[in-house]
Amino acid sequence: MFELLGIPPQAFFGQLLLGLINGAFYALLSLGLAVIFGLLNVINFTHGAQYMMGAFGAWMLLNWLGVPFWVSLVVVPILVGIFGMVLERLFLKKLYHLDHLYGLLLTFGMALIIEGLYRRQFGSSGQPFENPIPGGINLGFMFLPYYRAFIIAASLVVCLATWYMIERTKLGSYLRAATERPDLVQAMGINVPRMVTLTYGFGVGLAALGGVLAAPAYQVNPTMGANLIIVVFAVVVIGGMGSILGSILTGFGLGIIEGLTKVFYPQGSAIVIFVIMAIVLMIKPAGLFGKQK
Amino acid sequence: MNVSATPASSAAVPTAAAPSVASGRNGLLLFAAFVAVMLVLPFFGGYPLFLMKVLCFALFACAFNLLIGFVGLLSFGHAMFFGLAAYVSGHVVKVLGWNMEMGILAGAAVAAVLGLITGAIAIRRQGIYFAMVTLALSQMVYFYCLQAPFTGGEDGIQSIPRNKLFGIFDMKNDLTMYYFVLAIFLLCFALIYRTIHSPFGQVLKAIRENEPRAISLGYQVDRYKLLAFVLSATLTGVAGAIKAQVFQLASLTDVTWQMSGEVVLMTLVGGMGTVFGPVVGAAIIIGMQNYLASLGEWVLVVQGLIFVIVVLLFRKGIVGEIADRFKRKG
Amino acid sequence: MSFKPGFTKAALAAAFALVSSGASAQYSDGVIKLGVLNDMSGLYADITGTGSLWAARKAVEDFGAKAKGLNVEVIGADHQNKPDIGSNIARQWIDIDKVDVILDVGTSSVALAINQIVKDKNKIMLNSGGATSDLTGKACTPNTIHWTYDTVALANGTGKAAIKTGGDTWFFLTADYAFGHALERDVEAVVTSNGGKVVGKVRHPFPGQDFSSFLLQAQASKAKVIGLANAGGDTVNAIKQAAEFGITKGGQSLAGLLVFISDIHSLGLPTAQGLLLTESFYWDANEGTRNFSKAFAAGNKGRMPTMAQAGVYSATMHYLKAVHEMKSDGDGAKVVEKMKAMPTDDPLFGKGTVRIDGRKMHDVFLFEVKKPSESKYPWDYYKLRATVPANEAFRPLAQSECYLVKK
Repeated sequence: MFELLGIPPQAFFGQLLLGLINGAFYALLSLGLAVIFGLLNVINFTHGAQYMMGAFGAWMLLNWLGVPFWVSLVVVPILVGIFGMVLERLFLKKLYHLDHLYGLLLTFGMALIIEGLYRRQFGSSGQPFENPIPGGINLGFMFLPYYRAFIIAASLVVCLATWYMIERTKLGSYLRAATERPDLVQAMGINVPRMVTLTYGFGVGLAALGGVLAAPAYQVNPTMGANLIIVVFAVVVIGGMGSILGSILTGFGLGIIEGLTKVFYPQGSAIVIFVIMAIVLMIKPAGLFGKQK
Repeated sequence: MNVSATPASSAAVPTAAAPSVASGRNGLLLFAAFVAVMLVLPFFGGYPLFLMKVLCFALFACAFNLLIGFVGLLSFGHAMFFGLAAYVSGHVVKVLGWNMEMGILAGAAVAAVLGLITGAIAIRRQGIYFAMVTLALSQMVYFYCLQAPFTGGEDGIQSIPRNKLFGIFDMKNDLTMYYFVLAIFLLCFALIYRTIHSPFGQVLKAIRENEPRAISLGYQVDRYKLLAFVLSATLTGVAGAIKAQVFQLASLTDVTWQMSGEVVLMTLVGGMGTVFGPVVGAAIIIGMQNYLASLGEWVLVVQGLIFVIVVLLFRKGIVGEIADRFKRKG
Repeated sequence: MSFKPGFTKAALAAAFALVSSGASAQYSDGVIKLGVLNDMSGLYADITGTGSLWAARKAVEDFGAKAKGLNVEVIGADHQNKPDIGSNIARQWIDIDKVDVILDVGTSSVALAINQIVKDKNKIMLNSGGATSDLTGKACTPNTIHWTYDTVALANGTGKAAIKTGGDTWFFLTADYAFGHALERDVEAVVTSNGGKVVGKVRHPFPGQDFSSFLLQAQASKAKVIGLANAGGDTVNAIKQAAEFGITKGGQSLAGLLVFISDIHSLGLPTAQGLLLTESFYWDANEGTRNFSKAFAAGNKGRMPTMAQAGVYSATMHYLKAVHEMKSDGDGAKVVEKMKAMPTDDPLFGKGTVRIDGRKMHDVFLFEVKKPSESKYPWDYYKLRATVPANEAFRPLAQSECYLVKK
């Protein structure tokens, strides 16, 4: 069948796999953004920089302290998450009473600062990072590197766990309630400001986790977050700005669509997501899974 | 702390009300002083290329400010007008051999058309969504410019010749070029000023303050917004086209979202919604970039710091804060 | 604290008198200023970067500038691989800082922009890091000399060698800017004129990060040789990712069309062994290169110089010789003319000449990367496979599109 389309199976499944891997990152990052936006109504432009901090965190721990990758996978998101919480307490909090666009501008500025500092320290070319699971398995119709398969699995697990926590647990129900009526939730004795801070930290931690996962696959590079963040914005808008399930499904889905575009029409692969976003915004402005508020 | 429940509020970014600084006789005097200073600066050590860069970006910021300050729409994609106009004007001047003023008109025209198309799509949303749409549309233009053959991809359009102005005036001399750019800037600035203080401008302000009421009064709000968007896009195109002529180079940097971010920064620092604010903001940011150029990456950090500080503490921008002081005194 | 006006005026007058009575008054502004413009923080920083700045300063020192009465200053700046940043720096350097010569300028898109600027302002560019053969072809000017290597030499070196070993179908993975295009064009010409066929091409963004999807396209094409028309970090990553996806296991071979010793160092011998590459300088070739390189390593954290950095030394040396003989540096084109008239000789590249089209002529070498077992000491990476004489390596004048070549 593939010979009919003029494309050998390795190429097709290979691109599909790459698309799924990209989708894994899109899903993980847009999940963090969606969680933050859902509760704080802040578009976290710093998300890309925090993703980059995650990757560099893993690199620094490995190269300066000899900490193995598997430990970094747990430790680095926590560290970067704490950094995020500090940012929220010190700066973001002050803007909640203003128009949401100020939050966007503030996080944009913070992203510039972080990226600038890292570029100052490390230059803008990449640092290599050892692949923790080298090798792969030849499936016949394609070659599947072990680590890339791990990325997809890890992302799926984290996304589903997060979805479960938010949609099915008591903690998640407090979160969802606070999104709708923070005053009532506060009145019931729940410390809403602290929940907001923790939520921001959690979202940032998700970004950092994405960064740690990305380190062995791509180079660790101060600019790695900058271009990814714009695509992730598009994913979040398509999925629906506050929808958890929406970001996960849209993330993986768009990754696959992008991969397929690379097979059949490579020149369009960079813009296909934006075209879809423009269309969705015109037809269903709240996003595919969003709720019109 | 209260967390707003509605993600896309139709309230615009709060802007300074038209300050007393810029209107009436005060405004005219300030403007005259500005013109006088700009006319003689090259003879007091002003480096013409630097001054021209400031003027280009000042025009860019003023055009951008038209949209955010007076209509209340924050566009995060204005670089698409700036950069595409630069490419088009560079191409027609270098490859087709058109005169300089035709090159600038061509750039502005293309920006206007692009503004019409993207505006029609973007205007239908507001607030954050509007910003996201403009960002996405700008990325599409970026990727188009990356691949289109006439833009030269990563190399850009280089060695754009300084063709004769109106076929008569030789523009190779930087000083001559400077006065031409100054003239264009003053013309466009005057145009913006007249637009703001015209009945059209009043309607825009009404829409910004309370859109439902404007609609109930019978104004075709969408048409007004679109017109303002196209005007903003066109003037941005003029700025981009001039930049290509001055620096004889059109490159991908001009269409990146980072460039869109820079013009937001300039307008924010100077004062959104003020008349002179964007000019001041552009001068500060371009000056800072120039001064710190040898320090490479620190420029990014400083820009980020300025963003954060201004958003947290000086939301009205420099001119806005000064105008506030005047109002309190008087 | 305030100075009396009279005191300030007197001090200024004295300072002015001191400066203007300098012995080097016949040189423009009394100072010969050299500017090293290259990528100091990005993917080409190891190939050129601060190492080139060191090399220029070393050349000034070795020439004995002070003893000969020349007041020489060397400054450096980072163009971040962007033509507009590079252009702005060059313009300011020339207009305000009175720079006379711009050195290195790796990254061909920036090189082409600077090429135009120095022509307009009658200064000089001595390009060592850039690759595009257009600098001595259709974009040639009387103000530019292209020193160390170019895409034609690479094509005649690595390209020809790869075909001779049986690689007759090619797929290009090209960096999408001037350098990549030029390299792809020149190698394609060599491939087709030697009986080979190009079955596909793909352009990747510059700088690139993830090459996997492009490499998969290369794999799908089933070409025998995947030609990497890129450099520096891009080449290193493409080679690494190709290994990750098992591409070379499938029988295809990778041809790194522009590889520097710093890239081999990043890849490591286990990954890089057997790679064929073309360079015009190797640190371990002879006494002269070894002496320079040991001093370079001491001043550059133990790294050995690449050919681009060595070229900056050689070009600076030759420039100073020319200017010293002419006793003036104001007219860029005239100095370049003098540099073309004088034969070159330095411990790094040996004897050579500068051709009428601005092409520096010297032999070029085809190296093969050693196996880990063959490497006896740090940076012992290359074994010499062939020497390509200058007139076979570079484009013959008869085929040149340069207007300076009278046909």
